[in-house]
Amino acid sequence: MLRSALASARPSALKQTRLSSTLSSSAFPRISAIDRPGTKYGGTHTVTLIPGDGVGAEITESVKEIFNSANAPIEWEQYDVSGVSSSGEALFKQAMDSLKRNKVGLKGILFTPISQSGHISWNVAMRQQLDIYASVVLCKSLPGFPTRHPNVDFAIIRENTEGEYSGLEHQSYPGVVENLKISTRAKAERISRFAFDFALKNGRKKVTCVHKANIMKLGDGLFLNTFRRVAEDYKSMGIEFNDMIVDNTSMQLVARPGQFDVMVMPNLYGAIVSNIGAALVGGPGVVPGCNVGREYALFEPGCRHVASDIQGTNTANPTAMILSATMMLRHLGLDDLANKIASATFNVIKEGKVRTADMGGSSTTSDFTGAVIKKL
Amino acid sequence: MFASRSVPRAFAQCAKKYPSGFRNYASAAPTAAFAGQKGTNGKYTVTLIPGDGIGPEISQSIKDVYTAANVPIQWEEVDVTPILKAGKTVIPDEAITSVKKNTVALKGPLATPIGKGHVSLNLTLRRTFNLFANVRPCASIKGFKTPYDDVNTVLIRENTEGEYSGIEHEVVDGVVQSIKLITWDASERVARYAFNYAQTSGRKRVTAVHKANIMKMSDGMFLAACREVSKDFPDVAYDEDLLDRVCLNIVTNPKPYSDRVMVMPNLYGDILSDMCAGLIGGLGLTPSGNIGRDASIFEAVHGSAPDIAGKGLANPTALLLSSMMMLRHMRLNEYADKIESAALSTIAEGKTITGDLGGKASTKEYTDAIIQKIVKA
Repeated sequence: MLRSALASARPSALKQTRLSSTLSSSAFPRISAIDRPGTKYGGTHTVTLIPGDGVGAEITESVKEIFNSANAPIEWEQYDVSGVSSSGEALFKQAMDSLKRNKVGLKGILFTPISQSGHISWNVAMRQQLDIYASVVLCKSLPGFPTRHPNVDFAIIRENTEGEYSGLEHQSYPGVVENLKISTRAKAERISRFAFDFALKNGRKKVTCVHKANIMKLGDGLFLNTFRRVAEDYKSMGIEFNDMIVDNTSMQLVARPGQFDVMVMPNLYGAIVSNIGAALVGGPGVVPGCNVGREYALFEPGCRHVASDIQGTNTANPTAMILSATMMLRHLGLDDLANKIASATFNVIKEGKVRTADMGGSSTTSDFTGAVIKKL
Repeated sequence: MFASRSVPRAFAQCAKKYPSGFRNYASAAPTAAFAGQKGTNGKYTVTLIPGDGIGPEISQSIKDVYTAANVPIQWEEVDVTPILKAGKTVIPDEAITSVKKNTVALKGPLATPIGKGHVSLNLTLRRTFNLFANVRPCASIKGFKTPYDDVNTVLIRENTEGEYSGIEHEVVDGVVQSIKLITWDASERVARYAFNYAQTSGRKRVTAVHKANIMKMSDGMFLAACREVSKDFPDVAYDEDLLDRVCLNIVTNPKPYSDRVMVMPNLYGDILSDMCAGLIGGLGLTPSGNIGRDASIFEAVHGSAPDIAGKGLANPTALLLSSMMMLRHMRLNEYADKIESAALSTIAEGKTITGDLGGKASTKEYTDAIIQKIVKA
């Protein structure tokens, strides 16, 4: 079912790609290429909310409370999908329909079983079906919360729909499995353009392409060459570019993270780099992110962990989700409100009185939420 | 539906069919254990590939240290500058014969020739000697301060297949398929080596690092092979962890990983091993060993640093530590311990260290300082 939907989604994705590759950069507002940002009736935006598994329910509850007290003109369409068993599929499809209607969503992470008999990752399925091809993760040191590395500030732009996550695998002979990593010029081009446009719009100076083209000469080679070609178009706008092999990147990240600004990469490397990045600035609880395409935008914590170990304990750090939600507000054009909530959150962290366990404090999720609301 | 493919069935068959068959194959050379014999002069012969750039200087340093410590090893130096034979990059026959005969080699950095027609030399060596496992320990070096203090990881990487299988093609213009190849044989072989390493090195846990939530069949089979092997090692604990989580946790706090050996497919291992090297200060301080069926090659993984070649400034630590792995592989542990503690304490004192570590000493002075300690000990 989902698989067939995926298959049918592919040709249209390509069509959009062709379009986007010929578009000029001016067609991309701030972080996304969306013409119509969501449904809006009487000044209220309807947004699909999928709390997800693990700590998702608690941290989205925090967002809902904050939005309530800030009188955010958002109406949630909530779907409590769970990926713990395959029985959630019907609800998952409803949530997808809602997302297609509303075009904007806020989401926690859905659990994906590791066993071969389990369902495929719904997180990945959403990204592929909605063609939200660009994952944006922001890793920035938080004022008032020192980590091992000061002054970290980079954005990770990750291709979200192909590469190692194509889901194409087969056993050609017992004991021999092939997994296809698909790299296409069209998708490499649109993600590269996205990265450069992101750099332009956010006043960043340099884009680094992360790859392994020395070994995967064709696949990553295509990605790198396309990146270089796109980079030429942005030279005149003063954006520098370079490239770095993924193993060296991960070494440089933990040794001298200050050298990175905007990074663009294929899917799997994104998983690695975003986790390293999160660890540099304080963990998965503080790193926001989003997935955007031409039609849809889905906001979720940048470091995609379910965190079932602390589920239901009211100890999760809602910062990542709150900041992701403020990114969503900006996407909807509600910049003032977004800034208000974001600076309230940053202030709470900076003061350091109310902190959750991952930041070395003993406050609960609801304490933190309360503190943010108080600042508002 | 989601699980409509016949994955589980195929795996059940595989698990049923394989263990017995592969157990035999594996036990023929269970862990590529060293089986060399001493020569008539009471010494083992080891092939030495000095390498390019700073390679000859740092190799000389190793030779000096070994002479001072009376290690029962005699070196057989060979040159591996590649030659083109029938259009293919190959290593000279003398080098291959030497490594095959001695089954152990120590290798300095090689400059990879750039240009078409050249396969990377490391890849050529890997294929020639069936080097199936890459062992990369990383431990914080006292005296060289990084933001991370208590790193002590051991990472074992499958070295022959996975994402680096080299099987790629362009299906139509602008669409490339790269094949990640996972086989039961190779997974089982590297898992067995990892468990064996755990058993002999006193790390009583093996963690398989994977992404099987996304790559259910390929990484799934890697895990299945690890689980199967773990049954043969009841005294070694076994668990599995997602790649994402491992990256996050090591960089957040590397300490908990000091009790275990991590084993993983090729690409993950490549990235994670360099990441761990970054934690302790880079490739100049990290040793590496390639364990193979036909031979084992221990090497410095840093570059050949042509800019400082010949100036006597290079830091030989990575190659020296790699040779310690070699000595332990050859069960010459007492020599390894002696030399290692001399080298590490020289760095910890910080008086005679090379420029890359923030000191002013030359390669020779650093080497002599180590030798002093060995002689005194």
